[in-house]
Amino acid sequence: MALHRIAAVVLRQFYLLRGSPARILPLFAWVAIDMVLWGFISKYLNSVASAGFNFVPMLLGAVLLWDFMVRVMQGVTLAFFEDVWTRNFLNIFATPLSIPEYVSGLVISSIATSSVGLVVMILLATLVFGLSFFIYGAMLVPFLSVLFLLGIALGILGSAIVLRLGPAAEWFIWPIPALLSPFAGVFYPLSTLPHWMRFIARLLPASYVFEGMRAVIARRELSASPLLFGAGLAVLYLLLVSWVFGRVFRHAVRTGLIARYTAETAG
Amino acid sequence: MSQVLSVIDLCKSYGATVAVDGVSFEVRSNEIVGLLGPNGAGKTTTISMILGVLQPTSGSIRIAGVDLAAQRSAALEYTNFAAVYAPLPGNLTVQQNLRIFGLLYGVKHLSQRIEELLQQFNLEGFRHAKCGVLSSGEQTRVCLAKAMLNRPQLLLLDEPTASLDPAKAVDIRRLIVDFAARSTGGVLWTSHNMYEVQEVCHRVLFLSRGRILLEGDPKSLPREHGMASLEELFIAVAREPLALERM
Repeated sequence: MALHRIAAVVLRQFYLLRGSPARILPLFAWVAIDMVLWGFISKYLNSVASAGFNFVPMLLGAVLLWDFMVRVMQGVTLAFFEDVWTRNFLNIFATPLSIPEYVSGLVISSIATSSVGLVVMILLATLVFGLSFFIYGAMLVPFLSVLFLLGIALGILGSAIVLRLGPAAEWFIWPIPALLSPFAGVFYPLSTLPHWMRFIARLLPASYVFEGMRAVIARRELSASPLLFGAGLAVLYLLLVSWVFGRVFRHAVRTGLIARYTAETAG
Repeated sequence: MSQVLSVIDLCKSYGATVAVDGVSFEVRSNEIVGLLGPNGAGKTTTISMILGVLQPTSGSIRIAGVDLAAQRSAALEYTNFAAVYAPLPGNLTVQQNLRIFGLLYGVKHLSQRIEELLQQFNLEGFRHAKCGVLSSGEQTRVCLAKAMLNRPQLLLLDEPTASLDPAKAVDIRRLIVDFAARSTGGVLWTSHNMYEVQEVCHRVLFLSRGRILLEGDPKSLPREHGMASLEELFIAVAREPLALERM
């Protein structure tokens, strides 16, 4: 892989962000609104629930972790959509840029953009609503890591879907996090779910993170193996969707879809 | 003269439809080759395959001796292109676009190269302008500057002067002729402007229904086929390719 070509993909994203408030604002505005909304809900629940139970780390912490994953996913898909919106596939894929380099550029762009959202969320949650990250301890690192890997995997999958089905398929991608959240058990234990939903939940790395988070907050003994299994699933999905993206790209090159992408189909 | 492009028995089919059917040709260094033919003849399909954005059904493509199918990135480092249907992203400035594509092509001393090209294509005044606000002629010049960034061994131009006024078209033609003469590169050029083709191309290939029908010097080829001009020959190829095939 050539670093200068990966840098080109990242630099394009930097130029676009630098010159566009419409791109900078969403990096932190929606997650900040979520923090404020769930911060007040948590405070209200603290005031009406039995004394001694703190909803802030349970609810606000969960929203923070979930929003981080969503921002990571959107960091990848939005960087990819820039090429869709500007009809740039022919220009960039006629260069020596390889698919691993292109995807690496998207991932690095996502790390940068999602970090902005994460910092804003941490500042709001700690300074305004008193969320202490000490309660999660060292487990915060594996929690964030698993969600980061899942976010990247979902972002690459979303990009592959749009590359395969055309620009209009963008609207399949935005609701993916909302579709997954009931299964991930962001706000409730998986035992709340009916059996068929629990089965799907077990296939989602995020569900192991939120179960682990609740165990840590409740000071229950946390077994490392479920979280390790979740991390393994996230790595597996990342490898799988990278392979899928490569396949979709080769299909697009074979059928001529890259050269006439706006037609949405090569047929 | 060494070969900068070698295309051997190139085919592209979409199901039962054959878009390119056994095309073979080469482009040598310092040579400008015109790829001519009516709409739908297979010119853009051929160019797309050479650019690596369309996989041939069969056949081989070597750019500067590097096999495109086996070493895609290495082969594409030696090429670049400009096409009317591939404008650069309109939400980036001229300079930003040139920097990004310069990095993609691994251009050495990139800042200096960008300055040279801005000057060469008379784009200095537009360096901070977003490409989307430029006129079509200015956008064409930016695309051509991008195409020259890496001093390609093989320059692919798909109707490069289609949106330029005659004065600008003359300047651009001169720059491209100069590029072919002074560098070690060769040019594959498509155009529907037969005057232009006759002026700049050393050799032309007439494509019809995915096959090369005629090949030769654009100045002598019309006479050899009993036509008064290249335009007349073009019309004959477009209307009665079978009659020419028998000649």
